[in-house]
Amino acid sequence: MHSFDLSLDHITKIEGNASLSVKVEDGKVKDVNFKTMEYKRFFTEAMKGKSIAALPAHLARICGTCSNAHIICSIEACENALGIKATEQTKILRALTLHGLIIRDHALHLYLFSMPDIYGKDAFLDFDENNPEEHQLLHDGFEVKAAGNFLATLISGRSVHATYPAVGGFLHFPDKAGIDEAIKKLQSVRPAVLRLIEVFKNAPFHFDRKTQYMALVPEHSYGYINGSIKTSNGETYGEEKFREHLEHVVLPYSQASAYQYDGEGYMVGALARVNLAKDLLHPETKKSLKSLGDILNLFPSTDIFYNNLAQAIEILHSVDESIDLLSNNNFVAEPLMKATPREGVGIGVIEAPRGTLYHKVVISADGLVKEGEVIVPTGQNQINIERDVAILVQNLLPDTPKEKIEFEIEKLIRAYDPCMSCAAHFLKVNWG
Amino acid sequence: MDEVKKIKIGWFSFSCCEDNTIVMTEVMNDHWQEWKKIFDFRHVRVLKSKNIYDEFDIAFIEGAIASDEQENQVKDIRSRSKKLVAVGACAVVGLPAGQRNTFTAEQNQSIQFLIDRFKALPKVLRVKDVVKVDAEIPGCPMSPDNFLKVVNDLVSELQTTNS
Repeated sequence: MHSFDLSLDHITKIEGNASLSVKVEDGKVKDVNFKTMEYKRFFTEAMKGKSIAALPAHLARICGTCSNAHIICSIEACENALGIKATEQTKILRALTLHGLIIRDHALHLYLFSMPDIYGKDAFLDFDENNPEEHQLLHDGFEVKAAGNFLATLISGRSVHATYPAVGGFLHFPDKAGIDEAIKKLQSVRPAVLRLIEVFKNAPFHFDRKTQYMALVPEHSYGYINGSIKTSNGETYGEEKFREHLEHVVLPYSQASAYQYDGEGYMVGALARVNLAKDLLHPETKKSLKSLGDILNLFPSTDIFYNNLAQAIEILHSVDESIDLLSNNNFVAEPLMKATPREGVGIGVIEAPRGTLYHKVVISADGLVKEGEVIVPTGQNQINIERDVAILVQNLLPDTPKEKIEFEIEKLIRAYDPCMSCAAHFLKVNWG
Repeated sequence: MDEVKKIKIGWFSFSCCEDNTIVMTEVMNDHWQEWKKIFDFRHVRVLKSKNIYDEFDIAFIEGAIASDEQENQVKDIRSRSKKLVAVGACAVVGLPAGQRNTFTAEQNQSIQFLIDRFKALPKVLRVKDVVKVDAEIPGCPMSPDNFLKVVNDLVSELQTTNS
């Protein structure tokens, strides 16, 4: 019988540096260990003693890819600790910040990381300009990314480490010319996003293992900032329960030591969100999805490759929602809301592109940070990733060549869209 | 320009948040057609799986240097590269990746077991503390305009010397 160790030292086309090892004994998968190769940078230690005003920009540096999600989540935690209630305009600008992030980040993942696997290419740039379909997708990819980048830059100052969002509001406001340009760009990429949805609807890859999932679900319309945490088991944690949920459900779970064999895994991310909130998508998005063949009927699903399709659907939703928000609001300069520093604890919960993100901050009466926690999506997905890989490899044994097993593992991990820069601080490591 | 004369690019990330990688992929939105013609993306893990690690005309180094192993890697990359560019604040000034360099004794004590376990360096280093750097693009993240200027200058220089 087969006994071997398989080790992927650098998984490619993901965010950051990850490795994976699989131990096979007598034809059976004994252990799977998915880990980050990034060195710790100690952000939660370094946040101690910082002023609240500086905290969101500090924590953004945990991850370039997800930086604007960390900023918005940290601001929410700080405002909750201080008792600041954001204005309606601020809420809209924050929603738009997240829409810009979702469009450019999902597009990077879908076109540059995942799509080459479907077309049998090593890289997106290897797509053939002389093949009409590949030519179209190449141009689509960079145009969709650029539209998201433009929106993020207009609203939040930069698409990476945004400079306009702040505790208490925004430091800069979009002008008419910029808004018109953003609407034009978003409208013009809509057909490309529909093509993207078709590509991932028809993609030949599937891997379905029943698992639990969890997401922050808004009350009225699909979004990434407000709502209650809902699970596939039908549980709901309202905002007043966030601290309890974080401290009693998420944290102990993330710190469990023998989780590979004991705890139950769950999944966060676009697939979890579409599963739990598909009815709340923008009406135009739903109309288009219906005309493409009732795509929403594929959800709820635990086929992890539908995470790609769910991301493509979210790009369309974010395009439609942003066009609405930009067309139907006048943006005016507003001063930052201030609050007298006080002792307190604040929890921020948002949906980052890869899933639910939690920030907790404890502040002292002088407005300085005493301590905090950051729980990232990839840390929450780790057990699910490892269990999926174990079954995937088991199903491929004993006849599949090692190279093919490695390729299949990478493809599956890519579907989760893990972010290793975020995970560097939070992913469990098997010290073995 | 034929395949042989394409400029060989390496992009390597060390201890950082990889914000410059993202900025590079965003700059690509407007420049990919031109880059496809002149660049051989030889070792860029964010773009491809079949990376080739032999020699580079330009190696971009993102991130600070946090371990002996990383120190050796960056020296090895230097030995294979005509030009080496440090991109972003962590590579250029060592921060924020190296924020533990200024921790208090108490903070250091609380993280020491992790430093030991990961065989990390006692102090995090800038790229230029380890190897000769031909150009630096500071910023957290680097600005797209500064990046393009350095890239265009190096391309002109290499095309002149290669022709």
